[in-house]
Amino acid sequence: MTAAVQEAPAPPPVKAGSRVRNPWIGFLLRRLAGLAGVLAALVVVTFLMVQLIPGDPARALAGTDATGAQVERFRHELGLDRPLPAQFGSYVSGLLHGDLGTSFQTREPVADVIGGRLPFTAELALLAIVLVLALAIPLGMAVAVATRGGRRRRLDAAFTFGTGLLGATPEYVLGTLLVLVFAITLRLLPAAGASSLSALVLPVVAVALPSTCVLARIVRRETAVVLNQDYMRTARGRRLPPLALYARHALPNLLTSTLTMGGLMLTAMLGGTIIVESVFAWPGLGSRVVQAIINRDYPVIQGTVLVLGILAALLNLLIDVLLGLLDPRTLTARSTS
Amino acid sequence: MIRSSRGLAAGLAGLGLIAVLAVAAPLVWGGDAAHLSGAAREGASGAHWLGTDALGRDVLARTLVATRLTLVMTLSATAIAGTIGILLGTAVWVAGPRVREAGLRLIDVMVSYPAVILALAVAAILGAGTAAAVVAIGVAWSPAFARLTANLAASVAGRDFVAAARLLGVPPHRVLVRHLLPNIAEPLLVLLSVAFAGTLTALSGLSFIGLGVQAPSYDWGALLNTGLDALYTNPAEALGPAVAITLTGVLASFVGDGLAAGADPHRIGISGRLKKAPVPVAAPAADDGEALLTVAGLRVSAGGVDLVDGVSFTVRPGEIVGVVGESGSGKSLTAMAVARLLPDTVTADAGALRLDDLDLLAGAAPDRLATEIGVVYQDPAASFNPALRLGGQLTEVLRRHRGLDRRAARTKAAEALAAVRITRPEARLRRHPHELSGGMRQRAMIASALLTGPRLLIADEPTTALDVTVQAEILDLLREANRRDGTAMLFISHDIGVIASLCHRVLVMYAGRIVEELPVGDLVAGRSRHPYTRALLDATPRVDAEGDGELTTIPGRPPAPADRAAGCAFASRCALAMPKCTEEPPAAISLGADHRAACHALDQKVEENAS
Repeated sequence: MTAAVQEAPAPPPVKAGSRVRNPWIGFLLRRLAGLAGVLAALVVVTFLMVQLIPGDPARALAGTDATGAQVERFRHELGLDRPLPAQFGSYVSGLLHGDLGTSFQTREPVADVIGGRLPFTAELALLAIVLVLALAIPLGMAVAVATRGGRRRRLDAAFTFGTGLLGATPEYVLGTLLVLVFAITLRLLPAAGASSLSALVLPVVAVALPSTCVLARIVRRETAVVLNQDYMRTARGRRLPPLALYARHALPNLLTSTLTMGGLMLTAMLGGTIIVESVFAWPGLGSRVVQAIINRDYPVIQGTVLVLGILAALLNLLIDVLLGLLDPRTLTARSTS
Repeated sequence: MIRSSRGLAAGLAGLGLIAVLAVAAPLVWGGDAAHLSGAAREGASGAHWLGTDALGRDVLARTLVATRLTLVMTLSATAIAGTIGILLGTAVWVAGPRVREAGLRLIDVMVSYPAVILALAVAAILGAGTAAAVVAIGVAWSPAFARLTANLAASVAGRDFVAAARLLGVPPHRVLVRHLLPNIAEPLLVLLSVAFAGTLTALSGLSFIGLGVQAPSYDWGALLNTGLDALYTNPAEALGPAVAITLTGVLASFVGDGLAAGADPHRIGISGRLKKAPVPVAAPAADDGEALLTVAGLRVSAGGVDLVDGVSFTVRPGEIVGVVGESGSGKSLTAMAVARLLPDTVTADAGALRLDDLDLLAGAAPDRLATEIGVVYQDPAASFNPALRLGGQLTEVLRRHRGLDRRAARTKAAEALAAVRITRPEARLRRHPHELSGGMRQRAMIASALLTGPRLLIADEPTTALDVTVQAEILDLLREANRRDGTAMLFISHDIGVIASLCHRVLVMYAGRIVEELPVGDLVAGRSRHPYTRALLDATPRVDAEGDGELTTIPGRPPAPADRAAGCAFASRCALAMPKCTEEPPAAISLGADHRAACHALDQKVEENAS
């Protein structure tokens, strides 16, 4: 994929004696403003989800066999007969009080539904992200170092093919295959549920492995680029042992470009998590929102999409903070929310 | 432009087969796929290669038949994503600057959200179903498309011909259709194949979790869903659709990778090689006992082509030796070979490569290499690590190879910075390289190179990337270090004027060989003899030039390393060339103290004088 990366423009050289304002202050202010904007957009979008239902939302939600009177009662219950601004007002004030509405289906408060399921999704997604970073970076670097200057062509080919194959395997397909091999055939690990620690293994691997392969390829390419940079020659000129050379001089630089390109992929893993939950009957937000969409349980859908959106925004922020720590030049550059 | 490769060919062939299957399968196996055999959930057998499903229908037939719906859905979703994305991505570049800024920002935010969440939101509005899933995935993928299209368009929109078209008053939609789209068509094709793989996965995912295709219709995702339920009774039921989804995705990504590789101009291998007569390895000019650095018969090659072809010279203690030549003459490679810092793709070997008692060929000890050879590189902006503070980079050698602690190393580094006239050295050590100006960075690089009191300083075009006033400062610093500490230097430059002002002795390189070697005094006094050196001098502007001061240029250009002829490489551009010149390489002949040149024309004169 040809993901173009915009080079951060270098700020003007600092004059001797002038005081430098901490770049983090401006960065955090801008990012918090951005986060507020994204939150507002999420609130508007989730509010509009009901309004955008094609045809008459009340009739669609009441079901095809509802009588006219039933539809009208439903419309009134949902407040769909009130003017749009009034509906939006009560939606927002509800959110501000922590009231996300009540599930059509189970009559539970949506906040409770989400509160009970969010930890499972967060656990799965975060563990997977940590695993991806822990595996992909050393693997990609090692392959780049081993194959530099056209060496070990066979390793190169094996890596390219293996990561290409696994990277193109969807998480849910991999999950199904993992269940087949490790749960049903070998009986090593549980096939479903979240009752024990061992039940985490297969879902985490299913979510993490394809992304690990994609990221390892990015890391490998970026490492190859970094190894050819002039400053790596300078570092070689200092005759450092390999660990210092690669960990201290190459790693921070390739992490910057890798995270710039792979950051979006890490956030996208949240999507993989949602689908994989269905494979393993994992009691997270993903399997719950699927059930809600099938049942047209709009309060639950709205709440879940809102929470998942916030989760994605926080992940993006985390990645940008990491980038800022690695390379302060990115703090002053334009970035995404 | 598109280069054929095995991956690309395999991907295209595979996808072609799948496309044929999509057309033919429902006609051929449609009956089997719907036939209720009465044998429910049977394992794989001769009659049913992948077994049967809960209603006793043949799984293999259903998997094959599902190809059509899956492909139609995937193509439709890709078309939706592509259309919306390309329109958005190019529209922001045709629009005014304010709309563009807002549009790019919005696309950025959209892209940073997982497409699956967006797809779920759209699917929730439209309800579960085939059309809803296609629209949901198409919409969800469009921001990624828009972003990459905008990136591609940005690179084209900045080019002159687009600016010219706008200045000429070509309306925006014409700029778009005539100038922007054709120039980004090829990368967009790559993007489309990537998007095809992505939408296939996502659509099948939606069907898999029950939000896509609804019974009685079925695609691969829906089949995988029912297969998951039957995993304990008939594992093969899930395998069919799992393999189908993965295989198609992999084939599409092969096509994407293949197209991308074809579009990448960097993938050009080094090819071609020319056998030629070996150059006689000349003995070093100076006595061995006197030399600090001895280089004999140095050969640097890449891909079977000799880039440096048998170079021999010495540097004496306290001497500054300049190496001058056009780009591609091998002067920097010679310097980097001496420093043992050649790129991975290049190999060097030599009859002798010695710094005093240190044999540089036989894997010299790292701490001696690091402390006895200092290197100043061409581009100070690129030669410092952008991610590390100056202090860490400058003190590294002292800490690693001299065993100094952090504090002592920092004190020494600050002193070294002060010695190259950098103000507030302590504060600079806490700065990142990008916070310094170019001239200051190069002075810091010199400080870093001199920090350990090296016996030899190698300076590889240290002033080329700097402006003229800074150049003079840098040369002063080097001269000062040479006078103060007696540091010997190997100074590389394409600028014969700079060489003449700094060095004691000059090596003139052409096409990977040293063609003349002479004291700077002889060079300045016009006593250079090799036709190439003389041409180089004539082509150099001089402020104090007498007469009309007209500059001459050297006709032609140096031969590429692979095309160097058997004889003298300069023969084709040389006014004195004779038949012998193209036939055998000239050997270096002595023309006086420290003065040697390799030229058949000179050889002849010497012989004539002798007889």
